[in-house]
Amino acid sequence: MSFFSGYRFFVCLFILLIPAVVIGLMGKKLRYYRLLLTAFFIWWVYGGSPSQLLYLLIYAAGSVLLVKSYLFLRTKYNRNRYIYGCAVASALLPLVIYKVSGLWGGNIFGFLGISYICFRVIQTVIETYDGVIKEINEVTFISFILFFPTLSSGPIDRSRRFAEDDETALSPAEYRELLGSGLYKLVLGMFYKIVCSAVFYTVLTHFFENRYTPLYVAGYAYVYGFYMFFDFAGYSAMAVGTSYILGIRMPDNFNKPFLSVDMTDFWNRWHITLSSWFRDFIFTRFMMDSIRKKRFSDRLVGASVGLMLNMTVMGIWHGLEAHYIVYGIYHGVLLSVTEVYRKKSSFYRKNKNKAWYRMLSWFVTLNLVMLGFLIFSGHLKAVLHAAAAKLN
Amino acid sequence: METKILDLLAEICDDDIVKENEDIDLFETGLVDSLTFTEILVAIEDNFGVIIAPSEVDRAELGTPRKIIESVRSRLNK
Repeated sequence: MSFFSGYRFFVCLFILLIPAVVIGLMGKKLRYYRLLLTAFFIWWVYGGSPSQLLYLLIYAAGSVLLVKSYLFLRTKYNRNRYIYGCAVASALLPLVIYKVSGLWGGNIFGFLGISYICFRVIQTVIETYDGVIKEINEVTFISFILFFPTLSSGPIDRSRRFAEDDETALSPAEYRELLGSGLYKLVLGMFYKIVCSAVFYTVLTHFFENRYTPLYVAGYAYVYGFYMFFDFAGYSAMAVGTSYILGIRMPDNFNKPFLSVDMTDFWNRWHITLSSWFRDFIFTRFMMDSIRKKRFSDRLVGASVGLMLNMTVMGIWHGLEAHYIVYGIYHGVLLSVTEVYRKKSSFYRKNKNKAWYRMLSWFVTLNLVMLGFLIFSGHLKAVLHAAAAKLN
Repeated sequence: METKILDLLAEICDDDIVKENEDIDLFETGLVDSLTFTEILVAIEDNFGVIIAPSEVDRAELGTPRKIIESVRSRLNK
């Protein structure tokens, strides 16, 4: 059993959303009904595997303890970097244990959604350190980290934004509008995931697997890229739509990524909540620290190191397998090159707004993106094996 | 304070247009990107002692020279 798959899930979801719609249209708070639904779906989805349920609950309870005690220590000792480091490390530890144990075929502390829940907890700790978060309500926090539509695969919301929605009751008119767009997104997401992604997946497995001529490999990259988009954007749209219907204005995760005109643009359109999380909590902080410590004499060198670090960590977050790490490094290199090119090239400055230049830039970007997906898919390993076999 | 911020912005963005048009959209026009945004945050902290955390505000809230000036002013008055 998993979220947003199988007709039983959808039937159940639609029935259970009806009371939410009634409550919302009456202009009442949805806060407690949301919690009730989250509890129900967690019990249902994780019920089949008690160890996962146990890990999830331990992580959630531990997180409450962590953010509350860190808030206390932050108030008492102000900005102490050691306590801060320990707090971030504690939130991260279960994920590290899980990923590392996976290298030896183990599954210690693994549960559906562990990779995503960490972002929400770490964000809360970091913003407490910043002094932006001054109080944490346990119930709101639990509701935030476990909110069922986004629990297993995002989008990654931010705690203060979520809390604001969680604590307000929308007027019937406001709710009606949100409900309309929520239903649209939910249905669109279902179409993406159940129809489009399935079609691309079938094409992928029937025509492009086990064929290793250059044209087939290129085809694999494209078909896999579209499959990934419809699968993940579909999932995200269903999660966002369901959140809307439950009164939470969850941020969008995708914005027409295949129309990007350069790699920076792509990361503002693809898996947006992930890339903006990395930007806000890794890249920007590393750069601010570097500027203060005068770590780099040249700003573009600094930016390139920052981008490489940012994207490599993102690759590692996807998994410790070589193809994920290479995927991260690949995007780090592309973003660095883009940054240097945009700052240094007079050709770029002269032509960047011309139609032909944008078309060309779009075309190059699209192919770089698809090459990235080919790396991400892990398919290249089979391609290399086939190539080696041919040479022998 | 206002002129000081505009000077800093002009230096970081490498363009005096930010002094002439205080309502120019810094992100839309490409004057500010993730890197220069970082430099602006550091410059504000170093010059005015005002700390704006990277994730504290939506970028749109610091999207024009005028909005940046207003944000710094409201924090100074706190």
